[in-house]
Amino acid sequence: MNSKLTLEEVATNVRKAARHVNQSEGLIFEKSAPGKRGMELPPLDVPAVDPAEALGAELTRGEIEGFPEVSEIEVIRHFTRLSTWNYAIDLGMYPLGSCTMKYNPRVNEFVARLDGLASEHPAQPVDVSQGCLRILYDLKQCLLAITGMDTATLQPVAGAQGELTGLLMIRAYLESQGNARKKVLIPDSAHGTNPASVVIAGYEVQNIKSNERGQIDTDHLREFCTEDVAALMVTNPSTLGVFEERIAEIAAILHERGALLYMDGANMNALAGVARPGDFGVDVMHLNLHKTFSTPHGGGGPGAGPVAVKKILEPFLPVPVIAKKENRYVLETVRPKSIGRVRAHSGNFGVLLRALAYTLAYGPGIRQATQDAVLNANYIRKNLEDSFDLPYDLPSMHEVVFSDARQKKHGVNTMDIAKRLIDYGFHPYTTAFPLIVPGAMMIEPTESESKEECDLFIDAMRSIAAEAETNPEIVKTAPHSTRVGRLDEVAAARKPILRWKP
Amino acid sequence: MYPADFHYTKDHEWVKVDGSIATVGITEYAQEQLGDVVFAELPKIGAKLNAGQAFGTVESVKAVSEIFMPVSGEISEINPTLSDTPENINKDPHGSAWLVKIKMSDAAEVSKLMDAKAYEGYVAAQAKEH
Amino acid sequence: MLDAIGVASADELFESIPEKFRLREPLPLPGPMSEMEIIQYFQARAAENARGYTSFLGAGVYQHARSVVADALIQRGEFLTSYTPYQAEISQGTLTAIFEFQTLMCQLTGQEVANASMYDGSTAMTEAVLMAERLTGRHRVLVARSVHPEYRQVLATYAKNLGLQIEEIGYTKSGQIDAATLTGEKLGDVAAVVVQSPNFFGVLEEIPVLAETAHGAGALLVTTIAEAVSLGIVRPPVEADIVAMEGQSFGIPPSYGGPYVGVIATRDKFVRQMPGRLAGRTTDSAGRRGFVLTLATREQHIRREKATSNICTNEALYALAATIHLCLIGKEGLREMALHNLAKAKFAAAELEKIPGVRRVFSGRVFNEFVLEFPRSVKLINHALLREKIIGPLPLGVHYPELTKRGLVCVTETMPRAEIERLAANIKKILETPLS
Repeated sequence: MNSKLTLEEVATNVRKAARHVNQSEGLIFEKSAPGKRGMELPPLDVPAVDPAEALGAELTRGEIEGFPEVSEIEVIRHFTRLSTWNYAIDLGMYPLGSCTMKYNPRVNEFVARLDGLASEHPAQPVDVSQGCLRILYDLKQCLLAITGMDTATLQPVAGAQGELTGLLMIRAYLESQGNARKKVLIPDSAHGTNPASVVIAGYEVQNIKSNERGQIDTDHLREFCTEDVAALMVTNPSTLGVFEERIAEIAAILHERGALLYMDGANMNALAGVARPGDFGVDVMHLNLHKTFSTPHGGGGPGAGPVAVKKILEPFLPVPVIAKKENRYVLETVRPKSIGRVRAHSGNFGVLLRALAYTLAYGPGIRQATQDAVLNANYIRKNLEDSFDLPYDLPSMHEVVFSDARQKKHGVNTMDIAKRLIDYGFHPYTTAFPLIVPGAMMIEPTESESKEECDLFIDAMRSIAAEAETNPEIVKTAPHSTRVGRLDEVAAARKPILRWKP
Repeated sequence: MYPADFHYTKDHEWVKVDGSIATVGITEYAQEQLGDVVFAELPKIGAKLNAGQAFGTVESVKAVSEIFMPVSGEISEINPTLSDTPENINKDPHGSAWLVKIKMSDAAEVSKLMDAKAYEGYVAAQAKEH
Repeated sequence: MLDAIGVASADELFESIPEKFRLREPLPLPGPMSEMEIIQYFQARAAENARGYTSFLGAGVYQHARSVVADALIQRGEFLTSYTPYQAEISQGTLTAIFEFQTLMCQLTGQEVANASMYDGSTAMTEAVLMAERLTGRHRVLVARSVHPEYRQVLATYAKNLGLQIEEIGYTKSGQIDAATLTGEKLGDVAAVVVQSPNFFGVLEEIPVLAETAHGAGALLVTTIAEAVSLGIVRPPVEADIVAMEGQSFGIPPSYGGPYVGVIATRDKFVRQMPGRLAGRTTDSAGRRGFVLTLATREQHIRREKATSNICTNEALYALAATIHLCLIGKEGLREMALHNLAKAKFAAAELEKIPGVRRVFSGRVFNEFVLEFPRSVKLINHALLREKIIGPLPLGVHYPELTKRGLVCVTETMPRAEIERLAANIKKILETPLS
């Protein structure tokens, strides 16, 4: 029984393991067999109805071709197996710059599912919705304290929708002043959602170049900020993880010319409890609750993108507006200057609720969380400066942007290094963004990581830097440890197969 | 590498003139910069466009490149093979993977374009910048 | 760590922020709270809501049977705490599930391709309209008034600055779109006709006829579905060019408005104008099947201001929840669930119509919702019902001034017969009590 296996036998057995059902799980449709199902309904307690009679034959459908028929345990195994092919925060550090992949507290999941919260209908009378409304109101007050703004809407369900909402409010405000203006200025380091949102708000995008320090060039801004300009959208700290030192001057230039300052709050994890955008001249900003406020990203969403504004923009908030009147919470729907609704029902309540749970857990201690996030980023930066090129040698906040300039000499680029990180047990950092850094490697550890986890990451990165010199091939062909290797994206795009067919 | 009887633009389109008809494609340099082409979006036949106007796009997995009219005129033909075999733009950009034919409204515009030698110099300068 | 970095205190790390903007004191926020205190806070809020009430509300958000299995699976950290699957090699779980979601949405809607989710039904419908505008190059849109009023409001908000002209089309006595007004003249230069089915009044629209009318004038037909369980028994909108659907009915709790999951489904030939992420099948170097995000050149992170939409974060976790739910309920179960809705709504309508002065408003065929006329204000009736822990019909007068004293009733498979009878008995009693 205990006889030693030869190396070849070991290899053969590993291959067998790799062929285990867990590694070769098919699609659910391929497991389907007639008559199976994984969920039963109670018996019908009213008279049954013949659908063809009730709806007419022309309005009824037959069997749904190819629809799955599987048992409960098959469903559980299928999705559990699939889940093992994912990386996740719960498995380890997820240093995706700009994404703020911090720990998603489990208590938030628990409270979001409470009977009396998950069960509530958005159209039910406010008299029996006071608990939901208070949650929204309390969250709003917390966000106002953190941002230093005057009021807010919680309705937008993603950062990009928050951007659009904020821009529509800017437009409505400027229209009320007599001229909606034509352009919105966007620095070249911005997220792609910024220009896309500007267009839906009916504005033209005017890109402005960053200066040699990766910051907004105020001379350039003065030149571009004409009477046609409605606003500047700035990410602060910028996508380089650097605070815009001249933010107050930038706000002054805009305000002098009747334009407004929009702040993309994607990087608020560097500021919460430390500085308030409302104090440095920001008129409108959105927050990504699925970043700074720990709501789970869930493989792509959901999110929430509340928008906080200064007093002058209050009349234009989307309806309904949550308000408190004599200890009672109400939804104001009649607001003549409102931009309208950006989403049916009341927004992503379940996400907002989790964000409040996160905020309550920290309270004033949110300042400490921010300090830890910035400390972690700087610790990683200090320890990797010898191994990687730092294109902008500026003080980092919650994230640091290196470039692949040194490794490129050996034919290894940022994507290769990112893929090799997978073999070391980490999720890749953000590659190729911001666009102003060729071969960018954007690393954001968040406050969730211990020194020990940061050290493991640093060791991995240093080791890959060494490999890039001594064995570039192993980096260029990474990952080597995953269920599938690098996938053929070109074939996927040339002849798209976007659904299963029998 | 760059056919001597073609004319070239700064946006890396090539033009081959045959009477009043100009055949247009993207250059070897352009396809190489773009990488594996997965899709080409072309205009409708009959579209009338001016020189310098964008008339379509060529896409790789992670980039989109607009293509511009080298000369003014009406689109008289589009290459029907590209919807099934966009990869031909990588394999034969100067030949079978032409994009559109234009019925020129002002043939004199061709003289404003670069010849093969000028374009080769232009490409060499571009390559140095990168 | 401070020593390694070479600073004396964490405060030093923030010196790039101008001093006058740096906070000296911690913010006056409530907390910090322990886990137990957090739970107590939210339990107290839950007690201030309608916990334990019986609700007859639908109107785009439905109480349907949910399996604990789907909720348990989406709480696996590997799904819950992963990011958008840009790194395909370590995201095959999410990508495979998205591919399954896309397939299920195609099977249900009768369309050829579906995306990996939009925010919800209202934004999906809005994006579908913008897509129709790009596809046709036209800028007028005809929207049925029987489309969910809040969906129409969202469309109006988005359309306002895009040069899109929206005109509303009324409804007939059947509760359906007034198709007779869709003349050739009216449809000239129209990008899309937008209907919902079942519509806001619960009535099914005749999609094949509407599609023919729209197509005859070179317009597209956009069909919105807010009650997706209807697809278990109702003929799918195969003739529609774009389907914009709310998937909340597939195992997602109401949660006071969200998160839900929207989806856009359409024809293959329109895929490059469709917004939202897509997972596609491909192979790795060893020939193994795998999935990647594909056709990304439509999206904002590549095409920026020329993208099909600004959407980035979507509702992936709830697309997964819907996928798991649909796999559990399966082919037979979904049909059975739909039949239960049909039967219970029919039973409820009959019970309520027995009350003197209460009558059905529209003659069209309905799925699980219907509109009733009452002899007095629906709000007054509801006020009295609340005392019996019943949340009554949705008053329609707010959104349709001509429909005061009318209420929308929803009955799903989760509603026991006894509760339907209790509703009828209470409304009868309320109406018998003279107004004071």
